[in-house]
Amino acid sequence: MIKYYNDLSVIELHVNGEARKVTVRPADILLDVLREQLGLTGAKAGCKNGDCGTCTILMDGLPVKSCLVLAVEAVGHELLTVEGLSGIAPIQNAFVKYHAFQCGYCTSGFLMVCHALATTKPDADEYEMERWLESNICRCTSYQEIRSAITEVLDTASRQTERSTYATIS
Amino acid sequence: MIADNFIYCKPDTLREASAAYRTLLREDKTPFYYGGGSEIITMARAGSRIPDAVIDIKGIPECNTLEINDGDVVIGAAVTLNQIQESKLFPLLGITGSRIADHTNQCRITLGGNICGTIIYKETLLPLLLTDSTILTMGPRGRGRKLPVNKLFDRQIKLLKGEFIYQIRTDVSLTKADFTHVKKTANEKIDYPLLTVCTLETEGKLRLAFSGMYSHPFRSTNIEDAINHTDLTIEEKLDMALSLLPDFPLTDSEGSGEYRKFVFRNTLKEIIERHEND
Repeated sequence: MIKYYNDLSVIELHVNGEARKVTVRPADILLDVLREQLGLTGAKAGCKNGDCGTCTILMDGLPVKSCLVLAVEAVGHELLTVEGLSGIAPIQNAFVKYHAFQCGYCTSGFLMVCHALATTKPDADEYEMERWLESNICRCTSYQEIRSAITEVLDTASRQTERSTYATIS
Repeated sequence: MIADNFIYCKPDTLREASAAYRTLLREDKTPFYYGGGSEIITMARAGSRIPDAVIDIKGIPECNTLEINDGDVVIGAAVTLNQIQESKLFPLLGITGSRIADHTNQCRITLGGNICGTIIYKETLLPLLLTDSTILTMGPRGRGRKLPVNKLFDRQIKLLKGEFIYQIRTDVSLTKADFTHVKKTANEKIDYPLLTVCTLETEGKLRLAFSGMYSHPFRSTNIEDAINHTDLTIEEKLDMALSLLPDFPLTDSEGSGEYRKFVFRNTLKEIIERHEND
């Protein structure tokens, strides 16, 4: 059955494990709806052109730039914003440990990309890590500290995967 | 924020999509078929090209196919560049897609969108041109077409009004052939190409396709003949390849036409040397 949105419509978004109802126009972008209707201001508006990555959130576990997603497209998908990491994700602790930010504007976007990488590819090598993280820009140039933070998280995640594989085999 | 509103519809079948197009057209709307949406959203926000309606093809099963079927790698138009790379079903296409925009955007940019969008580089066409892929389309009256890529694409995509690409089929044996992918940019790694070259080796001969040289990608069998000529030196091959370029290359903010010719020659030289040393 074809889905059709013409004017203002009430849609249900699954954000950070909760079902939330919002009223949107078909042309409303997800970033604006998250920030203005749901109060989830962790995703920042930067270039709003898909270049900078400050608005990155996860859709079904993969990073997307929420400035390039229509809110109506997100219906039926699981969304995770930085608020959903609840301050306890390993990458958040690693960012604090390595001082992986200065002004902090890019931080939520970087956290989301790093979290997705650690979750979906705990064995990611240097090449893969760089490929994922080059989607985001930090104008304070905290790149080295961000690299240290994600490297530590991946090392831990990778060791845990090895342990659980070993446990399964034995 | 996108100032102008538009209609959004998401069909479940190919026929629903073409029916939606016909209906919207009857209502005097200009509908765009919608894949990842990156380009449409960007243009709509800038106000440069605003659709009256978008028809999102991501809900159509045929558009999401990513499999080997009957000796072909079959890829739906709504499959993302990231999914293609992760699947490893068509390595050259995977690598080519992995150098378009950045990884996060690759999780949204679709194969169909890259081919049919307005951005001139359309780099995913290069592997398709080299492998003589077949394009499956659905027309506005619900009739499908099956065309070789070089019939559908010649400087531009020749789709009928209301027709859209829903699948691409490529012979599995060609997706496994040895290949090269080289992308040269003016400054940053993530940028539009100054020159992108893809090569594919079949029966000891190279096929070559290029993007960045003109306002459209191209494959030239004349250049291939020159490069595969057995009686010419490398320098002679390069001179001949340059003389066979269909036009003077593009001059834009990425580089001048003269510089593009310089990069073309040097890149081709590296490729030929590597090929002849193997």
